[in-house]
Amino acid sequence: MSTVTKRIVLRGAGFSLRLHPRAVVVGVVLVLAALGVALVNLTTGDFPVPVGDVLRSLAGRGDAGTDFIVYELRLPRVLVTLLVGAALGASGSVFQSLTRNPLGSPDFVGLTAGAATGALVVMLILGGGGLRVSAGAVLGCVITAVTIYLLAFRRGSQPFRLVLLGIGVSALLEAANSYLIYRSQLNEALAAQVWLIGSVNGRGWTEVVIVGVTLGVLLPLVVYYGRHLKMLALGDEMAVLHGVPVERSRAILALAAVGLAAGATATAGPIAFVALAAPPLAARLSRSPSTGILPAAAMGAALLTAGDWAAQHVLPGNDMPVGVITAALGGVYLTWLLFRERGGTR
Amino acid sequence: MIQATAVLTAPPDTRPRRSSKRRWIGFAAGLVALAVVVALSIAVGSRTIGLSTVWHVLWHEDGSPASVIVHQLRLPRTLLGVGVGAALGLAGTVMQALTRNPLAEPGLLGVSLGASTAVVLAIAFLGVSTATGYVWFAFAGAAITSAAVFILGGGGRHPTPERQVLAGVSFTSVLGAIVWAVLVLRREAFDRYRHWDVGSFSDRETATILQVMPFLAVGIVLASLLGRQLNALSMGDESATSLGARPVRIRVLGILAVTLLCGGATAASGPIFFLGLAVPYAARLIVGSDHRWILAYSVVLGPALLLAADVLGRVLVAPAELPVGVVTAFLGAPLFIALCRRRRLSVL
Repeated sequence: MSTVTKRIVLRGAGFSLRLHPRAVVVGVVLVLAALGVALVNLTTGDFPVPVGDVLRSLAGRGDAGTDFIVYELRLPRVLVTLLVGAALGASGSVFQSLTRNPLGSPDFVGLTAGAATGALVVMLILGGGGLRVSAGAVLGCVITAVTIYLLAFRRGSQPFRLVLLGIGVSALLEAANSYLIYRSQLNEALAAQVWLIGSVNGRGWTEVVIVGVTLGVLLPLVVYYGRHLKMLALGDEMAVLHGVPVERSRAILALAAVGLAAGATATAGPIAFVALAAPPLAARLSRSPSTGILPAAAMGAALLTAGDWAAQHVLPGNDMPVGVITAALGGVYLTWLLFRERGGTR
Repeated sequence: MIQATAVLTAPPDTRPRRSSKRRWIGFAAGLVALAVVVALSIAVGSRTIGLSTVWHVLWHEDGSPASVIVHQLRLPRTLLGVGVGAALGLAGTVMQALTRNPLAEPGLLGVSLGASTAVVLAIAFLGVSTATGYVWFAFAGAAITSAAVFILGGGGRHPTPERQVLAGVSFTSVLGAIVWAVLVLRREAFDRYRHWDVGSFSDRETATILQVMPFLAVGIVLASLLGRQLNALSMGDESATSLGARPVRIRVLGILAVTLLCGGATAASGPIFFLGLAVPYAARLIVGSDHRWILAYSVVLGPALLLAADVLGRVLVAPAELPVGVVTAFLGAPLFIALCRRRRLSVL
């Protein structure tokens, strides 16, 4: 494809780091974009607050009223949006590299549906909210991941097969989900349905901590082991020849990616398509054939904050879940992907 | 059409033909199974009624509670199950033949959801409130989605089963987003929707069933007559053309049949997944690749499977009941997974 890209190489005692300047620039721009939209989200709402006041409040020198609006009402939601977007982007990037498939994102292999089932069981059968719902989601996600792994990899995996299996498992879980909703009271059912679409409405500091800790622990791990992804993409034998601990890297990466997806879903519900679309979009912007994990995370954060802004301002109704926006955009993106592939560019 | 059918006499399969005796025996067994399931569907329910009573009130409508239950609840429900089962089985068969994709299915390819999206939009924004009104919107939605999925997933140079399923998933996603947005905005529509979305035969009004039935009947007849044409198409467009068939016309007729069947079935019972996948699969196991036989089997096996799932749903968690869509998903998804796990996904 392209010719040799420029690289910056940093070497020090015991480490060596290669950076693609364009990827770095794209990553920084995406982070800035995400933060910019986040700032806009902080200023707008039922009660508009000027940018200056928001910044002053964030710096700790605002008045009590602004502080309340910023810290209690808007900042948790904005942070959750940023962090969930980043977690989904990173998770999608790792999954797509591991499965060597642009469709191998957590929402396609049924992980988010599994997390949703876990959460719904807690919400509608066991009863409970907040942390218990999150725990249910994480548990559901992990169980689904193990099941799919056992189903898909026993006889050697083929990329598309994993996706199809995921679709089958998702269909099964979605049937269970709609049954759970069907058998419950209207108000509970409505709350559950909104959760199922994926929403960041009314998220507080607890959720920020959940997804923040998940991201803080797993993102460095994923980035550290992510350097092996390019070698793994060449095939197991090639990777072994280059000194990559194949089994360990793959297991750790897969587990961490499942964890990221689970943390994100536990916080905001199964938000569709961010994990699918963020990595390739970031790769396209940075003109690199493979997807960096960090640019993908930045792209995820930017996409989700922008989506949240659109959910609040473009669509009618005050509490439209952000999942509606991402699902619509993601479907369009996937359609475009299929069209492009149909044209035979691959 | 007459010209086309007259020329197409050569059997399409090159494999040794299955003995027609086996096909007839299987067909008879299917009919018996269907009769048994229909009987079960009338006899079994959350309220236990003795068999002799059921038999008696079936022929003598005497206004007793048992008679009311049998005539106003169980008979329409059974009729609906037969119609929807035949429709979905046939729709699956026709879609698989048109796309040459063993995974094609109204639910997975998003056609059912296309129908339901149109219905939801009609309820919420156009104020349509009668079942007769829904049906037309369901047809429109099913027609648009099936055409779009075929074009996107099948029209290219390398149509593959996987790509079609993915095209379906991407449509499902966009359509689902539209439905969700509407439902969040209109809470009152949500309550109706969640009972319908799960795919169920209970609490359907008899009037609705009667209004949908003619459309289903036309679709069933149209699909049943397509056997020879689908056989021709299964040889590839060029061979089919050289034998005098017209691939474009066959596709148009096929999509028309799928539209009638899916639109009608979805309007009546909500989206039901996997039946359209399982029925042609089972039929092919018995009869091989002749579509005339597969279609005939679909008409019998579809209702039998769907009613069996419905009865199972009534029995499993009695006195409550599992919606039939949930039962079919739990029975059908493992089949789908097993199909996907086979070493090679053969293209039909």
